[in-house]
Formats: sequence, structure tokens, C-alpha cells
Amino acid sequence: MAEQELKPQVKEEAPTKGERVRPGRVFLPAVDIFETPQALVLVADMPGVAGDAVTLDLKENLLTIYGKVSPPPEKETLLAQEYAIGDYYREFQVGELIDKDKIGATVKNGVLTLTMPKAEKAKPRRIEVKTG
Amino acid sequence: MPIFFDYEPFQEWERIQRQMDRLMQGMAGAERLPRRVGVYPLVNISEDPDHIFVRAELPGVNPEDLDITIKEQQLALRGERKIPTAEKDVNYHRRERESGFFRRILRLPAQVEPEKVEAACKDGILTITLAKPAVVKPRQITVKSA
Repeated sequence: MAEQELKPQVKEEAPTKGERVRPGRVFLPAVDIFETPQALVLVADMPGVAGDAVTLDLKENLLTIYGKVSPPPEKETLLAQEYAIGDYYREFQVGELIDKDKIGATVKNGVLTLTMPKAEKAKPRRIEVKTG
Repeated sequence: MPIFFDYEPFQEWERIQRQMDRLMQGMAGAERLPRRVGVYPLVNISEDPDHIFVRAELPGVNPEDLDITIKEQQLALRGERKIPTAEKDVNYHRRERESGFFRRILRLPAQVEPEKVEAACKDGILTITLAKPAVVKPRQITVKSA
């Protein structure tokens, strides 16, 4: 892959269903979703979210990701703000059958990686064509 | 509020935008809106009486891929964000995250002590802590009663 220069992305605010109890803004994290023969993998950029601040839920094919960001220290005076600070929330409809007991999640350097292994019957099976 | 510049193209345009932003903020007194800047990474700059803090969101950037240098009042951030290429037999459904290199030079709003600069990366947020020299630190003045 050719080296390319990164462009800053303005965070997109997550659509809300009803008002939130806590004040603050919520953004949509940028994600990559890919599928391997064994699993569906989701990678989300959530800078400022620690491993224990992520809430994941998969209910009736609806996957929700929520990452809580701790606010910056209050004793500081802000001189310039280019990026907004807020929590992350995003929902996905997962079409594939997922083995819910084997979902694995890791957070490293503000990136969440969610590995959702496919259920046995959803895995691709090679169909032999018999000749004869 | 001190002014700081980026030595990048569109510098003049950004300066005008910044001044407009400040005017608007002064008028509305509302929440500070993030400015649109064309250079990655976006930074937030804050201060306390003794330090200046520069923070940048760099999710997925390994600390070893970061190169931070300081020369007088210029802080340079260089680095690369690598996204591991997935193994074969992979179908992408969504691809929103980008990889690539970045380089940004910031002019700090005040003098700092170049030997007392610390950088830490936590949960994808880089925090650079710069110590202010004694000359620019606010000093409490006690009023003597005659």
C-alpha cells in the first residue's frame, strides 16, 4: 500500500433516541468490519476509552457498542480546541449467526477489536460436486 | 487568549478563521466549537499555572511510531498510523479507518523549558506536558499593609 498522508476527520455525532440522562456529547466511532471464514471482526477507533469503560451488547442481532470517555482535568484552562470530547456509541444489525458465548473483545491504544465467532451452522461449507 | 500558528499551507486562512471563531465566541458566549483544521492530528491545548498541555487523539498509533521534537516554541509531531493488513480470505463490509503518516508543527502559545517536556500515550490519547519557565509563570503578589 502506498504511503498516504492522514487527514483529520471531524467526529460525527451519534443520533439519539430520547435525551440522555448525563450531559455530554456522543460520537460515532469510525469502524472497520470484516469477515473471515470463522468470525466477524469489528475494529472501532475510540480514543480516550479504557478497556473497562466499554459496554457491549448483542441482543436479537442488534449489536451496540458504548465507550465512556473520562473528561479532561478540570483545573486546566482550555486555550484551543480542535477536537470535541465525548463518549462513543454505535449500533449495528448483525446478519450473521454469532456464537455469543465466544465473543472476544480487546482494547489497545484506544482501539476496540471485537471478534464474533460465527455459529457452527453459519460457517461456510464446501459442497463437493460428485461426478459420475 | 494567546495566538498560536501552524506553519502549514493555508496558514493565513486558518489565522483568519481563528480570529473569526474568537469573535463569534465572544459574541455568543456559547460553547467553544472545534475549529476546522486541515492537518492531522487535531490537538487540544490547555494550560495550568505551571504547564502547557497538548493533547491529540491518536487511536491505534504505537508510541514507538511517534516522533516528537521541540525547538524553542515549535513543537513537531510526526508519526505513522499502521493498520495491520488482515490475512487472506477476508471480506470487508466497512472500511472507515485510515492508515498513513502525519506531520504537524505547532507553535506553542508560550515559552517552555525544552528539557522539561514529557509525553505519554494512554488509551489512544497522546498528552504532551510542557513546563513553563519561571519567567512566564504567574506569581502571587502579597500586598503588604503599611
